Amino acid sequence: MDHIWKKKDLLSLYDLNADEITEILDTAEEFKKVNQRNVKKVPALRGKTIVNFFVEPSTRTILSFELAEKRLSADTINISASTSSLKKGETLLDTVRNIEAMQVDLVVIRHSAPGAADFLAKNLNVGVINAGDGAHSHPTQGLLDIFTMREKKGSIKGLNVSIIGDILHGRVARSNIWGLLKLGANVTICGPRTLVPREFEQIGVRVCDKIQDALEGADVVNMLRIQQERQEGGFFPSTAEYSKYFALNKRTIKYLSPDALIMHPGPINRGVELDSEIADGPQSVILEQVTNGLAVRMGVLYLITGFLNNEKK
Amino acid sequence: MKKNNYILKGGRVIDPKQNIDKVMDVGIQNGKFANSETIKDAEIINVSGLIISPGFIDMHVHLRQPGGNHKETIKTGTRAAAAGGFTSLVAMPNTNPAADSTATIEYIRTHTRDDGVVKVYPSGAMTKGGNGKQMASIGSLKEAGVVALTDDGHCIQNFEIMKNIVEYSKTFNLPILDHCEDEDQFTGGVMHKGYWSTVLGMKGIPNTSEALMIARNIMISRDTDWDIHMQHISAKESVDLLRDAQAKGVRVTAEVTPHHISLTDENIKYYDTNYKMNPPLASEEDRLSLIEGLRDGTISVIATDHAPHSETEKLVEFNYAPFGIIGLETAVSVCLTELYHKEVLNISDFISKFTKGPADVLKMEKLGTIIEGKDADITILDLNKEHTICKKSFYSLARNTPFDGYKAKGKAVATIVDGGFIYSELNDIVGSIQK
Repeated sequence: MDHIWKKKDLLSLYDLNADEITEILDTAEEFKKVNQRNVKKVPALRGKTIVNFFVEPSTRTILSFELAEKRLSADTINISASTSSLKKGETLLDTVRNIEAMQVDLVVIRHSAPGAADFLAKNLNVGVINAGDGAHSHPTQGLLDIFTMREKKGSIKGLNVSIIGDILHGRVARSNIWGLLKLGANVTICGPRTLVPREFEQIGVRVCDKIQDALEGADVVNMLRIQQERQEGGFFPSTAEYSKYFALNKRTIKYLSPDALIMHPGPINRGVELDSEIADGPQSVILEQVTNGLAVRMGVLYLITGFLNNEKK
Repeated sequence: MKKNNYILKGGRVIDPKQNIDKVMDVGIQNGKFANSETIKDAEIINVSGLIISPGFIDMHVHLRQPGGNHKETIKTGTRAAAAGGFTSLVAMPNTNPAADSTATIEYIRTHTRDDGVVKVYPSGAMTKGGNGKQMASIGSLKEAGVVALTDDGHCIQNFEIMKNIVEYSKTFNLPILDHCEDEDQFTGGVMHKGYWSTVLGMKGIPNTSEALMIARNIMISRDTDWDIHMQHISAKESVDLLRDAQAKGVRVTAEVTPHHISLTDENIKYYDTNYKMNPPLASEEDRLSLIEGLRDGTISVIATDHAPHSETEKLVEFNYAPFGIIGLETAVSVCLTELYHKEVLNISDFISKFTKGPADVLKMEKLGTIIEGKDADITILDLNKEHTICKKSFYSLARNTPFDGYKAKGKAVATIVDGGFIYSELNDIVGSIQK
């Protein structure tokens, strides 16, 4: 089968076009079926070695990647900053050069510095998947969000999606915005102005100050985690005041259509950006996002290794 | 190659300080400018078709010695300067130890005499160790030979400390060169705050970090009636503030780097650390505003902020790379291409930014101009020489440039210091510097 996908790396959704994104989503749909079977393993990546290099800590993303790799029959190893020789002062590039020298096929990298995955991809031949680089990008999270929206709503084109919370420091927000715009959605971002860069207006994103305006008419609302350290950084006075004006709760949900989806990339601060009852309520698709994340990562791994196989022929 | 007596014949001589722009002969005798009609047994060197300028001055160079010899040394840095067309440099004092004492100044002068091929004028730190707090021994530094004072790389944050240093320096007739940066706004930033920092998810440095300190310095300059020169300005707001202040007669001047007038923050989208410098590359609007500042005279100096780093230091994640790029061997070519050939500046105004401009800021009346009996320092330009910049051929120890592969029109083709050809691409003339 001839694939549209012709890249050794997945770095950000900014780099992809609509056809490439759609191919990932279509491929993920097939793998979702695999995950629903009694036997959840296929031999697609047998004989491939993948290193999950998580310089910045993560729970669900590394679990999801590792499960995806194992269900595709790849051999996987996880290393973290504390178990790598970064601790001994080795540079990131040298560490990954050593991994590459052991004929590893793919490196999945999580790092706190924006552009870390791009930097490795440019300087190495091994395939690189970005599992989150600072505030820059988290492409598989963006893809799983879009996958969930497409599955529930049929199409992304014309969909009204509101992203609410800390956009400034958010890689999830950036990944969603680029992916959604490329597939023709209308994107709104909302939160206190200290956390919502107006520069996004230049690429056609609607920016609003009031959560009511972001909720009314939305088909999907993606609530982002608000981090305690942003309060300490002086971006807003307290989580209590943040909740008062920007949370999705019993008071504000009345502005949202009953058909709208409620999403959250996790981990949730229950009672801060999202009320517990709503997180667990009928409109919430938060756990389905997690289920879909596995399928999306299998799709990405499958397409990239497929391309690498063709390159070697 | 050392030549005792010769005449540069047929070149177009441009000396903005004396309003000279005409085809004429230039005589050199025993390393000094001399009347071409009275030199005996002079060799004739034909330079027709070329521009003869007073030696170019780069008043913002990090030679890194002492303490950073793996990045650059006085030996390699002055050779890079020669190859780039510069005959005089002002060395920044943020070495290790900082140039805050007569001993370090003496060290720099000794090594320049032993290893250097162009003139190096040391600047002194304003504060001890460049710590931004305690005033350095400014009078002694003057006596040791510094031409200016700066804490470049950092900016004194406290208004009173800065004001006292400016007043004290006036006592000793030393100009202040200031790196303008409000640290509270700057901290943690790695690039210009704007559209691209938003897209790339990187911490931005707002224009107001620089502009706030420019505004402060304008007030200090006005209150003390003393000269403050703003180093490597990058923001539109800074140009606007300086233009207004100069119109009111405040004694403030400014320099701009070749990279700030030719590149923008968009270049960072592939996370190449050779586009990481401080102040950061700003928006297209800022770039155009800096060019306008050069055109209308608000900015009187072009300086490189030559900041060498080793390849290992730069080949890391963007956040962790040191700020700075080298510029000595690319500045003249890039600026001729971007400013002269794009008709921003005529050739006389162009040369002024490298000669009269810096000499005036430094209060060095005999520098950057052609005076009979004074040191024969000359830069020869071929305005139309097309070439591609290749970092592999640099004399500098460092390679951290964003201009590798840049297609330039115009070049410094020979550099003369004290009458000697230290660098030459002219037929039959061999320059003395070796790799």
